[in-house]
Amino acid sequence: MTTTFPSLLTGCVALLCGWVLVGLAGLLRPESVRFAGRTLFTLGAALGLGLAALAGASLLSGGIERLILPIGLPELPLHLRLDPLSSLFLFLLGASSFGISVFAGGYFREGEGTAPGLLCLQYHLFLASMGGVLLANDAYGFLVAWEVMALSSYFLVTTQHRLPEIRRAGFLYLLMAHVGALCLLLCFGVLQGGSWLFTFHAMRAAHLSPGWAAAAFLLALVGFGAKAGLVPLHVWLPDAHPAAPSPVSALMSGVMLKTAVYGMLRVGLDLLGRPVWWWGLAPLILGLFTIFYGVLFAAVQTDMKRLLAYSSVENIGIVFAGIGLTIVFAGSGMKAVAALALLATLYHCLNHAFMKSLLFLGTGSVLHATGERNLGRLGGLIHRMPWVAWLTLIGTLAIAGIPPLNGFVSEWLLLQSFLFAGRLPHAFVNLLIPMGMALLVLGAALAGYVMVKFYGIIFLGQPREASLARAHDCGWLERVGLLWLALGCLALGLFPLQVIRALGAVTAQLIGAVVPQASPHWWLLAPVPGRPVSYGPLVFLTATTAVVLLTVLVVRLTYRQRVRRGPAWDCGFGAVTARMQDTAEGFGQPIRHLFQPFFEIERQLPEPADREPRYRIAIRERIWRLLYEPISAAVDRLANTAARVQQGRISVYLLYSFATLLVLLAVALIS
Amino acid sequence: MTHLPLGQQLLDTCAALLLLLSFAMLSQRRVVTLVNLYAAQGAVLAAATLLLAWRTGEEHLYVSAALTLVLKVAFLPWLLHRLIRRLGVYWDTEPLLKVSGTMLAGLVIVVFAFSLAQPITRLASTDTRSAIGIAVSVVLLAFLMMITRRKAMSQVVGFLSMENGVFFGAMSASYGMPMVVELGVALDVLVAVLVLGVFFFQIRERFDSLDLHHLETLKERD
Repeated sequence: MTTTFPSLLTGCVALLCGWVLVGLAGLLRPESVRFAGRTLFTLGAALGLGLAALAGASLLSGGIERLILPIGLPELPLHLRLDPLSSLFLFLLGASSFGISVFAGGYFREGEGTAPGLLCLQYHLFLASMGGVLLANDAYGFLVAWEVMALSSYFLVTTQHRLPEIRRAGFLYLLMAHVGALCLLLCFGVLQGGSWLFTFHAMRAAHLSPGWAAAAFLLALVGFGAKAGLVPLHVWLPDAHPAAPSPVSALMSGVMLKTAVYGMLRVGLDLLGRPVWWWGLAPLILGLFTIFYGVLFAAVQTDMKRLLAYSSVENIGIVFAGIGLTIVFAGSGMKAVAALALLATLYHCLNHAFMKSLLFLGTGSVLHATGERNLGRLGGLIHRMPWVAWLTLIGTLAIAGIPPLNGFVSEWLLLQSFLFAGRLPHAFVNLLIPMGMALLVLGAALAGYVMVKFYGIIFLGQPREASLARAHDCGWLERVGLLWLALGCLALGLFPLQVIRALGAVTAQLIGAVVPQASPHWWLLAPVPGRPVSYGPLVFLTATTAVVLLTVLVVRLTYRQRVRRGPAWDCGFGAVTARMQDTAEGFGQPIRHLFQPFFEIERQLPEPADREPRYRIAIRERIWRLLYEPISAAVDRLANTAARVQQGRISVYLLYSFATLLVLLAVALIS
Repeated sequence: MTHLPLGQQLLDTCAALLLLLSFAMLSQRRVVTLVNLYAAQGAVLAAATLLLAWRTGEEHLYVSAALTLVLKVAFLPWLLHRLIRRLGVYWDTEPLLKVSGTMLAGLVIVVFAFSLAQPITRLASTDTRSAIGIAVSVVLLAFLMMITRRKAMSQVVGFLSMENGVFFGAMSASYGMPMVVELGVALDVLVAVLVLGVFFFQIRERFDSLDLHHLETLKERD
């Protein structure tokens, strides 16, 4: 269906170009925080809102638009396409980038690493390239946008490039991004199936033998998994996210990881046509393991941004488990259930974009106010920063999966679809997948634990350092950004039916089925016909609010006169200080103890007679020793062997070319 | 014994002279003489081109001959001489291989080149096809000279002489390359020499010498 000229797609392209122009405008006065920071970022945010509106309209109409722009390779102009799948992710990009950009407008200050104008350019290029990834309809355009995305985010990560550990984090990120991109290049090479046409249209029409199709799927899983942070390809993520400025971490975690999910869905469910059911086992198993792994490491972190990064790993695990389950169901012909699993996956992507961006921005405000990322030096900030604290609380509850917020809806939907695995026509698998569900539930419970730690240690209790008394709440631009994302979390949680109806176009496109609404009531979500499962978030909210209000009222009425304020009992020990509160290390200790085989722990305990006792603990991932260090040692060995060729003498180099020439000529002579 | 036409004989003489000059360059250690030999090679080449142009009536070969004369006999040698004077490098140091050894290697290479040129000679339709072997030899001998020298100056001369061989090869195989290509190559050579001239000054400034073994420290691992 091609619509008339001023279409939604041209509008989207115009907005993406607008982002590039806004970015370039940053170079006009690169040192000015007021111009590059406040004005341009707010302008970029407005463009994001426009993009969200256009993408939302396209999603609701459910149509497909195509556009061919005469730029790019000589034989391959730039193909663009706006279909429900790309509309959904464009909506995600536009809506969450609005909040993040508004926040960023108030966030960047003078004299912090890169000049604000340059940051503005990199940031908006990053946004535009993500939009390009989502709109591209040929492999060339996709990969170009993908690489621009990787490079612009690399420069954003290394904003404070004077610190060696940030340069190291950036390098690791770049390396993993390129390993992934290489896999994608090969994947598209397989997908064209001998036709040498690189449009997605040709790839859909290509007929691949089963072996090659599976190879393409696995390459896509590795390529997109490396970008998304699927274990064991996640190693860049816990380093890169904390290294970047907070709005950038929010954008990377909230949106960029989702472009990888988009790519996985595009290749796995769209370009490859009919997936084979057992392909889905790979993302399912990796996803489930990623959930468990991510949440365990999140529980033992002491740096608040690293904690959130590991939590992102966990959430990506949920999404990939959902993708795997979708493919297993779709390949087995269970379309309705596949649609349910896909719906849960997409819903979780939307949710995570909002809640993780919100949390990263919250940590950004804390970081600005206190200069601390270490949980051990924070505490009690709810008194100093009420705006940040309360808005972050919404994100915290949402990501912990507490109803009536949004995190609960998607996890609940995913659990519902897991329950159908017993009906799969494959022996063993139909028994094993429900066990995976147990892992998902364990992950969700531990995520709650992690979030209690995250919120409790930063915002509750007493300040652990005297300097925290000087902490201030964030400015109004930052508040608007946080508020927008928090409202997004609330809306996604309270109106699931409307969201599901909008997502129906995507499941119809990819699976050919929509999730039905089995209940006649508009406020009651009942996605499974014939089963008495339903969820009414508004009811839940009303009931909870009523109970809380009632309790407050009763307490007020009953104990009004009898409230007495006095010092807390300190067990007869007079010198209780704020530093005696439970610490991040202490809070994570049970997890560390229970799941010891997963961690590589280096601990320094003080001697009993030590005058200045110091306790130090460092936790590393075993995966470094088991997987990455052998690889890097092998590469080093290989490079050293190859380096013998380099003699440093021009005569020897000339001899090399001379010998090569002679050998080639001799070969030509003989043959 | 069949008698070849006079023009053919003259062309063959030119080709032989080219090969002889290549060997002379291979054995020469004085840089100034090397440049002179290069100029002589250019002159022979120009003469051969002129002869060929006269014999075949191909007009663009006249232009080639004029270009060769101006560039390779006059301008480049003048430039190189100036460079030598400015840099004060009149002698190459002891070559990496003894001169006698180099000459022997050169002989082997000439044999190889002629056997290599045989199939091409059979395919080519030009009168001058017998000279293709010589052209290949000139290229390879110039390459050998670049390998065995230490000073950057001699290597540039080797590079230029190699280009002479390529030019001669193109001429004898197909009466020269298209004009555009020839002009492009001439420009390339010119630019290369200019850039290398700048390089020499930089190298000397950095190491106080043009001896290339100073550059050996530039490798990554010991």
